[in-house]
Amino acid sequence: MLSFAVRRLVMLVPVFLAVSMIIFLIIHLIPGDPIDNLIRTGSTPEQKAILTAKYGLDRSLVEQYVIWLKKLLNGDLGEAIILRRPVSSLITQNLPYSLALGGLALLFSTVVGIVTGSLAAIYKDSALDRGVMALILLGSTVPSFWLGLLMILVFSVQLGWFPVSGARNWHSLVLPVLTVGLGGTALVARVTRVAMVDVAQKDFVTLLHAKGLAPLRIQLRHVLRHALLPVITILGLRIGWILGGAVTVEIVFARPGLGTLLIKSLNQRDYPVVQGCLLMLAIAVMLGTFLGDLIQAAVDPRVRGNLK
Amino acid sequence: MVAQAGTFGRVVLTPRGGISALFLAIVVLCAIFAPWIAPYPYDVQDLSISSQAPSMAHWLGTDEFGRDVLSRIIFGARTSLTVSVVSICVSVFVGMSLGAAAGYFGGAFDRAVTAVVDLSWSFPEILIALIFVAIIGPGLESTMMAIGIAYLAQFTRLTRAQIMSLKGETYVEATINLGAGHLHVLFRHLIPNALAPVLVCGMLATGDAIILEATLGFFGLGAQPPTPSWGAMMNSGTAQIFLAPWIIIFPGLTVALTVIAINLCGDAVIQALDIRGRVRES
Repeated sequence: MLSFAVRRLVMLVPVFLAVSMIIFLIIHLIPGDPIDNLIRTGSTPEQKAILTAKYGLDRSLVEQYVIWLKKLLNGDLGEAIILRRPVSSLITQNLPYSLALGGLALLFSTVVGIVTGSLAAIYKDSALDRGVMALILLGSTVPSFWLGLLMILVFSVQLGWFPVSGARNWHSLVLPVLTVGLGGTALVARVTRVAMVDVAQKDFVTLLHAKGLAPLRIQLRHVLRHALLPVITILGLRIGWILGGAVTVEIVFARPGLGTLLIKSLNQRDYPVVQGCLLMLAIAVMLGTFLGDLIQAAVDPRVRGNLK
Repeated sequence: MVAQAGTFGRVVLTPRGGISALFLAIVVLCAIFAPWIAPYPYDVQDLSISSQAPSMAHWLGTDEFGRDVLSRIIFGARTSLTVSVVSICVSVFVGMSLGAAAGYFGGAFDRAVTAVVDLSWSFPEILIALIFVAIIGPGLESTMMAIGIAYLAQFTRLTRAQIMSLKGETYVEATINLGAGHLHVLFRHLIPNALAPVLVCGMLATGDAIILEATLGFFGLGAQPPTPSWGAMMNSGTAQIFLAPWIIIFPGLTVALTVIAINLCGDAVIQALDIRGRVRES
């Protein structure tokens, strides 16, 4: 198990390098002079020369990347142009909010998704099943930011149960978690239902029925247990996807967080912050996927053996 | 042609397939004939009637500049559909080419393509799209490029899997042994047989692309004013959410209904063609 974890972690290194290279290149690929993009336009040639030297833009691209990467590994992500603060401090300030939202939404999707998915499978073709299927369809087709806006309209404006925006206490987390969680719940419920219906047709289940076990006991103790494997696999693959939902929803609820910071900086063209946020999100996705792989390997020995 | 007509019939004759196809047809017709269907122009501002609730004169109300919401939704269909359909078409074309070449020829090229596809697979599409919007800058062109690139991995992966499994079929081996060239085998036998699942997948992805376009538009990174798009309408509407919620409700509802229709219709196509296993493969 430990050697699996280490091998899997080593495999992340080239991925990290590739992603960091793309994010590093953003500043060079955007049209216009990097200096003009890094500071406000209209600076004098002297100022430009000083800044070119300061940011090392007179060196080769490879050298620049190595320097940038070294700084990055020391936690130095440069300075925000508009907010005039180190990007790293902006990120450490916003990251906990995103992690709380993403983590809770993931937990919610997993628990609610497995419960509703198995209910749908156990009572297949009933009204309950059709209800869950409709929920799944809604969860995977309704844009999450719009769902968030509707939730604000209904639960905050009309009913006044939850605050409209902000992140002062746990109360303000309820609606964002529900909004992010619905998409994930739909995914987990669908996989759970398909897997359980699939397992229920296996020979060993027929045998259990023949032995006279209570049907509900068979479903919960045997079918669900086997069906959880594909659920864990898909969760591992799609952890980043659920975390990505948090980015979108933060904006709607005007919560602080990486997503809000990223979109604001994109609109203001504050590129050092954009780079920092994208990098952090990419790292979060990679670690999330890594964690998913570990859980999958812990549950299913075949995964541990299969890794080349 | 006969087989195609049969498929079309089997899709349209099921209740969900028929209703969703009808709905999609209406949306597409609205987009094409927007200037004739829309009751008002999309950009005429009249501040004396700003943020009015739905009424007989303005069925879905007016926005903060007094523009008719229904008309803007109808014109917005042009932007939203064009952006998503064009970008997915390009993405399908490029993805199929890459996937077919990788799956057929194998070797170092295949390994390189697979590595890149696997790399982008675990990243949410919105994150990939945001990286490209950061590079190209906000606007419709960058939205299209971002969507196209975000879904490229999916089509490459699916095509590659299809080609790999078809390559082992006896009839393909027989064709190769008869002396057929690579291009002949690829274009006459492999790609036509791999086409159906990839196209259905592309259709379903168009629904996701509409959501992605709406999301980028909502962030203010997609269509720039005064161009109406479903997402951009909701962006300007957030400030009015307490006063005039209809500015947000109706464009969002349009997105949701359109995407639901695409999903149901795609599902009906999958059922009619009996290719569920092949679409789910990837």
